[in-house]
This record gives sequence, C-alpha cells and structure tokens, in this order.
Amino acid sequence: MYKYDTYDQAMVDARVEEFRDQVRRRIDGHLTEDQFKPLRLMNGLYLQLHAYMLRVAVPYGTLSGAQMHALGDIADKYDRGYGHFTTRQNIQYNWIKLDEAPDILADLAKVEMHAIQTSGNCIRNTSSDQYAGAAADEVTDPRPYAELIRQWSTFHPEFSYLPRKFKMAVIASDTDRAAMRLHDIGIQIVRSDAGELGCAFYVGGGMGRTPMIAPLINPFVPLDQFITYAEACLRVYNRHGRRDNKYKARIKILVHELGKEEYTRQVEAEFAHLLTQNIEPPLAELERIKAQFADPGFETGLSDQLDRSDPDFALWVDNNCVTHKAPGYIAATISLKPIGGIPGDASADQMRLMARLATQYSFDELRVTHAQNIVLPHVRKDQLYALWQALDEAGLGTANLDLVGDIIACPGLDYCSLANARSIPVAQKIGQRLAAKEQQIGELKLKISGCINACGHHHAGHIGILGVDRKGTENYQLLLGGCEGADTSLGQITGPGFDEDGIVDAVEKATELYLSTRAEGERFLDTYRRIGMAPFKEALYG
Amino acid sequence: MKLLTGNDLKSGAVTWWDGVQWSLHVEDAIDVGDHADTILARESAARRVNAAYAIDATKDENGVRPAHIKERIRALGPTVRPDLTLKPADPAAGQWVI
Repeated sequence: MYKYDTYDQAMVDARVEEFRDQVRRRIDGHLTEDQFKPLRLMNGLYLQLHAYMLRVAVPYGTLSGAQMHALGDIADKYDRGYGHFTTRQNIQYNWIKLDEAPDILADLAKVEMHAIQTSGNCIRNTSSDQYAGAAADEVTDPRPYAELIRQWSTFHPEFSYLPRKFKMAVIASDTDRAAMRLHDIGIQIVRSDAGELGCAFYVGGGMGRTPMIAPLINPFVPLDQFITYAEACLRVYNRHGRRDNKYKARIKILVHELGKEEYTRQVEAEFAHLLTQNIEPPLAELERIKAQFADPGFETGLSDQLDRSDPDFALWVDNNCVTHKAPGYIAATISLKPIGGIPGDASADQMRLMARLATQYSFDELRVTHAQNIVLPHVRKDQLYALWQALDEAGLGTANLDLVGDIIACPGLDYCSLANARSIPVAQKIGQRLAAKEQQIGELKLKISGCINACGHHHAGHIGILGVDRKGTENYQLLLGGCEGADTSLGQITGPGFDEDGIVDAVEKATELYLSTRAEGERFLDTYRRIGMAPFKEALYG
Repeated sequence: MKLLTGNDLKSGAVTWWDGVQWSLHVEDAIDVGDHADTILARESAARRVNAAYAIDATKDENGVRPAHIKERIRALGPTVRPDLTLKPADPAAGQWVI
C-alpha cells in the first residue's frame, strides 16, 4: 500500500489547519454561509437533510487495517456509531457537527486520510478494481497509476474549478469491475502485442440525467505519457466545457456535442503540445509508488483445497469469493447487504472487526467496492473458514454477492438533500421479498437511485430503479437491461412508474418472468437481451 | 401556512422558527405569514440559523404537517433508522412522514 511521504503528510496537515481556521471564522461570523460553503465543500463537508455530512476519500478503494479501524473510531467519537460506504468507494458520516469537523480531519490525517476533493468541480477520488493486486486476470496492478493520478490531480491549480465535477477510473483487466466506461475518463491498462503496457483512454461517460457510455478515443497511450494525455483531455474540457448550464457541463456533453472525432483531434493536438512541455512526472516517481504496491509476502506451496463440508460456508465461498492470482489464496467479499439491512452501512464495531480481520487474514489490506461492499483481497484458503466464522458471528457473513439482495442504493431521501424519493426502504423491501429466491434467480444486479443524479447507478442495473417526485409523493421508475463492464449498456425505462409497494411487486414480476423464460445458463440480463422489453412490459402492465 | 426552517450552524440540526427562537421540534413551528423574508434576514445575520428558508405546511387537530415529504423527513429523522429520529420510542412516528 502507498505510504505518505513528507510532502503528502505536510499537505494534508496544512489543509486541516487551514480548514480549522475557516470553520472558526464561519462560527464567529467573519464568513457568511455563501463564502464558507465552497470552502467546506472542498473539504467534503456537505449540509444534508439532518446534519452536516462528511465524505472521506478512500483512494481507489484501498484501506489498511489501521485506516479502517480509525474510520470505526470516528463513527463512534463524532457520529452516531456507523458510516455509509458509497458507490464512489468512499465513506460518508451523516451526523457531523461543524465545530468538530476539523478534529475529524486531524484524526484522518494521522492515518494518512483526508476529505480533500470529495466535492466540488474538481477531479474526485479515482476509482479502481476492488480486486486490484489480487485479480488473476489483470495485466498489472492498476493502483500505482491511480495513485499517480491522485498526486497529479490533488490541488492541481488548473483543474480546481472545472465546469463540473470530474471522475476517473483505472482498471487493468478486460473484466471491468469498476464501471470504467461510465466515468468522465476511464483508463484501461492494456498490454500490446509487443508486450508493452499502455493505457486505453475512454472519455465522456457518465450517469446522471444524461447517461452516456464513454467512447474509446485512444487505444494505447504509453505509460510514460499517460498523465500528459489525461492533462490534454482535461484541458480541452476545461477550455470548451459549458459553464452556463450545470446540466450540460459534464465532459460527456462536450464529447457528444463536438463528436468523438473532433474532441479526439483537439486532445491529440493538445497532447502534442504538452509533450514539448515535459509535464509528465518522472519515471522515478512512478517506480517509487510502484514499489509500495509490491505483492505482500505470499507463501508458496499452499494447498488450493477448501473444506466445504459446512454448507453455509460453501455457499458463501461460491457467492462471495473469487480466484486469486497466487495459488492457495482467495479474495473474499464481505457483504454489507444483510437481508433487510441498509446497503453500505457498517457500524463502528463492524468496521473495527473488519480492520482486525484484515490484519489477521489479509496482509492488513481491505478494499471498498463501488457496490458498497468490503473486500479482503489476500486470504489464505486454509484460513478462510475461520475468517468466515468470525464474519458470520458479526452479521457480516451474508452470501449474496451480485445476487438480487446485493442491492446498490444511494442514501436517498432519508438523508440526501438532493433526493426526490427514498431508496433504502425500497432496497430493504425488495431484499426481504426476494430473499428466499435469490439463489434460484442467480446473478442480478439491482441498483436504486433516489434522484436523477444517479448516485445509485440505476442506469447500470440489470434492474434499475429511479425515485422521482410526482406532485409531492414518491414514485419509482423501473429500468431494465443496464450493465457495467465490458458489455456496458444503459437501462431502458419500462413505462409508467410505481408507488413504493408497487415497485417491489414490479421487481418480483420481472424476476418471475425471467425464471419462467430463461434458457439454460442465462442470467437475468441475458434473458432480457434475448427476449427484449415487450414481454416484461406485458408482465408489468398487461 | 408558512413555516421557517433551517439548520443550527454548529450542530447542523434541523430547526424550526417558533416565534421567539429556533426549536428542534416542528410541533413548535408557527405560521409566519408574510414575514418570512424579514425574519430570515434577521436570524441569518445573527447566525442563529443557517441556510434557512420558508416552506408550506398545514395544521389540523394533529398539529403542524409540512406539505412535502422531504420536510417531514427533516422534521422527524431518517425513516430507516427510527432509533435516530426525534421520536425513537414511538414506533408509529414513521407513518407521519408517509
């Protein structure tokens, strides 16, 4: 894992003291709310429905045991004993007091964490593959490159006031586990036929009110030029992105309106110019970062066998664990989606337990996934049963990864000032209604957003749900056929919306049609793609 | 009727104008009629409330009820965590929101 150097630490410490002074000036009246709001947002502090909310960055989703432990302690000390892991691989606290926010940032800085650029029209926390460094199918660990992006983009003076927020993802596998093509810039590290590593750049994706899948604009940028290329992409956007209309200000609109070819032409011209300016970080810096992501000391000669005699354990292994690149190891996902629970929430005690288990079983590493779960990436198979027993005892042993109960849901109208409808109760009801059938249904990614901003990724759900405000009451639109990954697609609305109970019924009807119609080996998404929307409409509205 | 609501500057807690000060309880809120702008300007300048605004509401024998569900959730707390609402001991409190 990356360890702060003296520059990193000094920057974060200085930011804490700067914000402490800003908070003091706000409380004593030297700053108005209009003056203070952009300053607090630059430090991840929002004012939500019930209180201030603090969003803490988890760079590319990677945490150490000490960091996760600190997140649990913060939940107890400053919040109400829990935190919410988000689809941006971050964590949010919902009950923060303004005068305590600087102390929280100081506590975070002690474990090399911060809330910088978790809001505002800047480059946000970079997403990555939750199995990075463990995945058997990656060409390299993408995290050193994500870390280089973090260092390049943090406090970048040219990109601190972009037309709109900007999100990047870096992956290194053909299997996209980070919804890479639904980011402003998605980077896939690829290996050329000559064996060289480079970056494929996808630019102009996103969800929100105008969902778009990012087109490929350059299939191979050499690794020693990829920051320069990203800079060129941002410069063209910063130059031409619309600032007159926030709903048309994201880069996806620019790429769409200019056209992929013209946008790419301008990027290539800017790239050619920037190559003469020598802005690429020195390779020595990349090598310094890469050295900190070296594989932990995997033992050799371990058995790949698992004792599957406990059926509950075997089910969890089948659902929640994936192949590891090192023989004798496995990557295990801790579901934060117990039946009827709040997706992504973890108590302070659960966070500290996960921290201890990471230290004991996973080389002190954890990952936050964009599906709001936690991964222990490097677990010895001969220790997996003991790990699962500890998790299960703490209510963290739910075996539902990528099943219908593994619902992504934004905080919705229960917490968020932007939301139009509640997301969490809908997720809870669907999870409870379909719990008995979820193994039979198989892979079904269900995603719920409480408003058009799509923090719950509803466009990318095999089944997506969008909460809307219909004359002051909650209403829910149903979408089918969305998907992230190599075969990214956007969900299509089925028709008129439903009330809270009606949307639960509608999801059940859709799954019933799938179960009665599926061909051998088909997932829900496969069946939808084969038979199309019409039979589902008939089942829902006929 | 018109109510005034905002957040406490330091705690961020939702507050309601009761005619004299800012209360945590929507039941205390009064109809400000046409005086919303005047009160908001005075109270915001004195930093007794943050990000305040006026909302529509009704009043009947059960008390004050904000017109929009968002404001009712603000008034009570998250419907999915009754233990964190202003009425944790009242299992029916969430029904008031819906």
